[in-house]
This record gives sequence, structure tokens and C-alpha cells, in this order.
Amino acid sequence: MIRFTLLRFLQLIPVFLGATLLVYFLVFATPGNPIAALSGGKPMSPAVEAALTAQYNLDKPFWMQYLLYLKNLLSFDLGETFSGQPVSDVIGRAFPVTARLAIMALVFEAFFGIIFGVIAGLRKGKLFDSTVLIASLIVIAVPTFVLGFILQFVVGVKLAWAKPTVSPGAPWSDLILPALVLGLVSLAYVIRLTRTSVIENKNADYVRTATAKGLSRRRVVVVHIVRNSMIPVVTFLGADLGSLMGGAIVTEGIFNVPGVGNLLYLSILKGETPTVVAVVSVLVLVFVLANLVVDLLYAWLDPRIRYA
Amino acid sequence: MRYNRTSKALVLSAALALTLTACGGGGDQGAATSGAATSTDAGGGGGNATAVITANSTEPQNGLLPANTNEVGGGRVMDLIFTGLVSYDATGAPVNELAESIETTDAQNYTIKIKSGQKFTNGEAVTAASFVNAWNFGAAAKNAQLNSYFFESIKGYDKVSAEKSTEDKMEGLKIVDDNTFTVELSRAESDFPLRLGYTAFYPLPEAAFKDPKAFGENPAGNGPYKLADGGWQHNVQVQLVPNADYSGPRKPANGGVTFKIYTTFDAAYQDLLANNLDILDQIPPSALQNYKTDLGDRSVNQPYAGNATMTIPSYLPEFQGEAGQLRRQAISKAINRQEIIDNIFFGGKQAAKEFTSPVIDGYSDAIPGSDVLTFDAEGAKKLWEQAEAISPWPAGKVFTITSNIDGAGNKEYIEAMANQISNTLPIKAELNPIPTFKEMRTIVGEKKLTGASRAGWQADYPSLYNFLGPLYGTGAGSNDGDYSNPAFDKKLAEGLSATSVEEGNKIFNESQEILLKDLPVVPLWYQGVQGGWSTKVADVKFGWNGVPLYYAVTGK
Repeated sequence: MIRFTLLRFLQLIPVFLGATLLVYFLVFATPGNPIAALSGGKPMSPAVEAALTAQYNLDKPFWMQYLLYLKNLLSFDLGETFSGQPVSDVIGRAFPVTARLAIMALVFEAFFGIIFGVIAGLRKGKLFDSTVLIASLIVIAVPTFVLGFILQFVVGVKLAWAKPTVSPGAPWSDLILPALVLGLVSLAYVIRLTRTSVIENKNADYVRTATAKGLSRRRVVVVHIVRNSMIPVVTFLGADLGSLMGGAIVTEGIFNVPGVGNLLYLSILKGETPTVVAVVSVLVLVFVLANLVVDLLYAWLDPRIRYA
Repeated sequence: MRYNRTSKALVLSAALALTLTACGGGGDQGAATSGAATSTDAGGGGGNATAVITANSTEPQNGLLPANTNEVGGGRVMDLIFTGLVSYDATGAPVNELAESIETTDAQNYTIKIKSGQKFTNGEAVTAASFVNAWNFGAAAKNAQLNSYFFESIKGYDKVSAEKSTEDKMEGLKIVDDNTFTVELSRAESDFPLRLGYTAFYPLPEAAFKDPKAFGENPAGNGPYKLADGGWQHNVQVQLVPNADYSGPRKPANGGVTFKIYTTFDAAYQDLLANNLDILDQIPPSALQNYKTDLGDRSVNQPYAGNATMTIPSYLPEFQGEAGQLRRQAISKAINRQEIIDNIFFGGKQAAKEFTSPVIDGYSDAIPGSDVLTFDAEGAKKLWEQAEAISPWPAGKVFTITSNIDGAGNKEYIEAMANQISNTLPIKAELNPIPTFKEMRTIVGEKKLTGASRAGWQADYPSLYNFLGPLYGTGAGSNDGDYSNPAFDKKLAEGLSATSVEEGNKIFNESQEILLKDLPVVPLWYQGVQGGWSTKVADVKFGWNGVPLYYAVTGK
């Protein structure tokens, strides 16, 4: 088990290098000179342009830019934004906000998703099941930003139950609405995954045995059916944590959350390579770690799985 | 349901809104300019003078240094925490702030006297040296300040601004005594005093030069407001509190201004509707149709000192000589400006009659030749035929209009304009979409356009010359279309050396007659500001540059 975990951590190194190289190249390859855009269409003195280009290594060939970036990375220097702030500070401010948002969304979708999914699965074909199926279909079909705008307008503006956007400091209470919107689509998937998995396991031999042994209905459902149905759901949730963190661009835009999604979006537009590479690399780390946790959870959920 | 119409529009426009406005770095990243007014504006209405006003903004692009702030996010903060020799009132007229007098006899040599007894918030006195050192710092190449070109008129700029130059003192600036300095320009420029209210010309204390980076994070200014302790929370908000030491004409009528940073105007608009934001200076495109119903008399729609144009570069082979001139005129006459304004901008703009803006002193809507900017399908066809007789348009060539489409509303109006041109003239016109502003700027800057391009200008300071010289003078910094006409250059120089502003304006308008024939760009419309405010504030006015006069706003 420990050896397995260590090996997985070693795998992080090539994954991280590959990700930074790829992202660095992609930003490098987007057309347009970011320095020219800094002047906002106003003239810029050639000396100033040359100085700024040199400052951000934009005058050097790709491989050299990348090596310089790696060199700084070794001394934990993530580079600077065009406004001269250390990228590590910028990320340090944005990540906690997005992490809070993503965890709230994850808890929301896992809690309600599994409960609704289990009930729907146990009552297959009944009214509750059909309602949940149709509702989740609608949620999947409607784009997030439509849901976001409608909830923001109705709950935030018309009913005034919550603030339409997130206040400075991004307190938990303000993040509830965006977390709901963010988690809603995944909620639908979790419900459907759980439901299918429960229906499959409901008729498994071990469930019949457990029932025949005279175990209580509650124990059969919770310990035998639900626990065994969790493998696909946990896999999904693990991968989803990564996409919740990186894919919150739309939700963060609607609710003006000063998180990673907004940061990434703005720095891509500006062509601010150090920020983009750093944000994506951290997201890659989150993905890899979340998947490691998922793999370890498998062993706990299903005793047949062992990591030697 | 009472809000049925709004909700429907909201959903319908949601897709549109998201693609159009989900960005802060859009098309109209103009210069930041000062919003100001006379003292009579301040504190009117007897409202609550301790209320803290919240307003929308974007994250300042750079540290808060005068010569490095060239966009609105930083500009509106700079204009409140600093004050220069003059500021501009709501109409754009200059009002003396620190200047006691600005004197010249030949429009080339200026003697500037400043008020004594003023100080920065770190305790340093504001002296002639504060100005001279700040301007030298801004101009020197080694400091790489974005606004450095603003000092190009000052004698000695070419030396300090040369690449790799280590010099940092312009010979045109001389300190006479603590409160007096002289400026020598490299040629006569009568509108120089008008520029002095622009951000780049603010003074700086000594502390700024020791560690510009640290100073930019936490500047000590001399304006009506100062940064609160830890007031600049990056990407979140900028908090300003009144500066008790300030004694100029822009006395704060409120207890502070907090700029909330938004990435989309849609989010800010929802906050405004919920009274969670006091002042919004741009209504998002998705709400343009309904904001008047939503806000009633808490909204404004007025022109500001900016315009939109379409550049037809002079390096395009199809637009050379007489045939080129006829084609430019034909295209201009083929565009029905009012139709686009009514249908796409819901009346938020004003059709252009010349190359500047109606809020600028000296503006005239009756410059001879301005009828070329009026829609006239028959006239356009005739002009096009005349051009064809001289040199035929290449068979199958499409007239492209290049534009970035990450800015609000660009795509819609250019497609509409392309349709109008295609319908009127025997050519096909279409939008050439570019995903980002930076890519667009690169194509335009490297002169790689194969057709027309979207352009526009927001004045840095309220003067006709600012709309003409930097854009159409031979070799000028923003002359993206490489336009050059000696007769026009001569008129500009004449206007600059005029002894009075009125005389200068008359000559500048004569120079526009030449532009109306050559059409280096096709003027489209004057920009308008659409803004709104919450039920918690009063006395909201917007300035000549579309920026609200924050200091005059009161709480209720």
C-alpha cells in the first residue's frame, strides 16, 4: 500500500513536466503579441516595448523560454504577471476561494446525488424514480450559464435571499448559490450513476444471501447494496473534483467569484504565460491527487481489491 | 409575472451576453483619463456625506504609477488618489488644481507656477521637483513606463527615450524655484496645457523613485482620496478613503469610494439591480434593451469623448490614388449608421459627423464634406462605378473587416455593416473575426491587414488635436493605417502653433475637411456611456470621458 502510494507520487514528476511543457507551448503558439496589447491600442514607445519584451523573455526562442521557466521553478519562483505581481501570490489568493467553492459543490452533489440515486434505484419505475430521471435530464440538457443566470436573477435579485455576486473575501454563505449551480450538472450524473449501479447490485447473489440470512432491510441496503454500488460513483466524483476546480470559469464569471477559473480566463486572454502554466500545473496536480485518493478508496470499498 | 419581459430577455440574451461580455480585456481598452468637476458640483443635495460609495471597476493592469497607468481600471483610481496641475470638469474644461498659473507667449515655452503648502499623504511636500522628477521618470526608457510617449513633445525626450538609453533627465524641464518650473517643447503645441490633467502628468514624491514597485502597490498621492490601509485587494476591490489634506476643487462629498472588481458587466448589473452596488458605468449589452425600464431615472445615456471608426489602411492596393479615394467614399456612404445604432445599440450611440467627438470644445457638425458620412445608396453606387472606371476591383476579392470578437458587441455591428456594404455595392463584405485583442493588435501593428479593421479612439484629454494628431499625422504613434498627407500635416502644425484655443480649433476643423475627402478611416459613431446607480446614492454625474464623478456622489 505504501509502496503503491510512493510510486504514484513518483509518477507525478513526468506528468508535471509534460503538462508544463505542453501548456507552455500552447500559450506560446497562440497568435498575437501580448506586449502590444498592454498598450490598449494606444501608441507605445519602441524602447518601452523592447524593454518589456525582454523582461518577460518573449524575445527568446521557445526552448529557451521554457528552460528559463523550469530553472526558476526549481527555486520555487513561478514568475511574474504583467502587472509585476508574483504568480505564486496571485494563485495563493485565487486557489483557496475556488477550493472552497469546489468542495461545497462536491459535498452537495455527493450527498444529494447518492441519496436520490439510491432511493430511485430501489424504487425503479415508481413515481420518485421517473421524476428524478426527468429532472436530472433537464439539468443535464440546460447549459450551466442559463441555470446560473436564472438562479442569480430569481434568488439574488428578485427574492433577495442571497447576494447576486460573491462579496470580498468570498464568505461561505455567499458561495452557496454558485456552489449549487456548479454542482447541479454533476449532481444529475451522480444520481444516474448511483441509480444504475444500485439496480444492478440489487439483484446480485450476495444481496439475496444477505436477505436470506435474515439481515435487516436497512443493513442490506446500506452495507451490501450501497457500499458495493459506490465504485463508479467515487471514480466519477474524484475526476469531477478536478473539473469543478478548473471548469468553474462560467460559474465564477456569473457570480464574480475571484477564483482560479476567472484568473485562468483573464490570463489566457492576455497571453500571460507564467500564470496560465502555473494554474494549469496546479490543476494537474489536483487531478492526479484526486485520482490517487479514488484508487485508495477502491480498496476500502471493495475488499477484493488489494494494492501490493 | 411582473418581471416576465426582463426574465425572457435575460434567458434569450444569456448566450449572447456570455460570449460578448465574459471578458474584461475587451476591445475598447482606451486610455484612462481624469474625471473632474468644478467645486460647485461637490456636495450638492445635502445628502449623507459619510456614506461609502461602491462602484464597478476592473483590476488595475499595473502598479499605480502615473506614467504606467493607461487603462480605466487603474486610471479611475489614480485620478482620485492623485491630482495634477489641472483637472477637467464634467464638460471637459480644464480647472486649475495645483497650478497657480501656466503661462506662455509662443506656445513652445511654458512657465508653470504651483500652489505652495500642498503635500503627499506620506508627508512630503509637493514642489516643482515633484513634477519634474515624475515626468523625467515617466519618459526615461530604462523605467519602461507605458505612457512614456506622452512626454514626446518635451525637448530632450528623444534622448531619454532611445532604446538602452541611460539618461533620465529631459533638457526641456528646468526647476526655477520650489514652486516654479519651466517646460520647453521641441515645437510649438498650443494644446499642451490641456494635456496636463492626464494621469501621466501627475507629480510623485521622492519615495516613489526609491522603490517604484512597492510604491505602485501602496502609493502616496495628493488627491481627494487616499488608499485605505491594505485597501488594494488584488482582483477583489480597491478601497479609498477621503484625504483630509486635499484642498482642491474636487472635495469628496462622501465617506469613501470602494471599487469592486468585476470580470463581467453582467454580474455587476445584477448587483446593481439588487442594490448591492451603487454605481455601474457600463450597462452590459444583454441589458441595453431593458435598463431604462429596470432603473428608470437612475440611469444615464450620454455621449463621451470617444468614437468608433473603420480603418482602411493606405497600404492596400485596391485603395490607392483617385480610385481608392472614390471607393472609400462609396463604402462610407453605403453604411446606414443610424440603422445600426437603433437596432444593435438601442440608441446608445450617435452617428458621426466628423472625426472627433461632440463633447470636445470646438466640435462642429457642419464641416464641409461631412455629407460623405450620410447613408446614400445611390450616391455610393455611383462613386463605386466611377472608381471601377479608373481601375477595376479584383474579381472575387472579398472586402474584409478585421475585428477582435472578445470585446462587447463588436461582432454584431460589424456583421451588420458588412451586410449593408454587400447589399449596396457590387462587392462582398464580411467580418474577419480574430479571437483576442492581443492578436488583433499584433496584426494591426505589423501592418498585415488585407482589408479594413475596427478602430476607435478614446480621448486622453479633451482636445480636438488629440483625436487628429496621434491618429492621422504622418508617422504618428497610432496611425495604424499609415495615412500620410502633407497638406493635412501642415494644417495640424498650423493649428498647434495658433495663439488661442479658438483659433487652433478653427484650423483643426479645416484639417478635417481634408480627412473627409481622403477618409483614412471611415467615422462611424460617437460612443455613449450608459450607466446606472442604486437607490442608496444621489448626485451621480458622468464626466466628459464617461467616467462618473465619484467624489461628488452622496449617500441617501
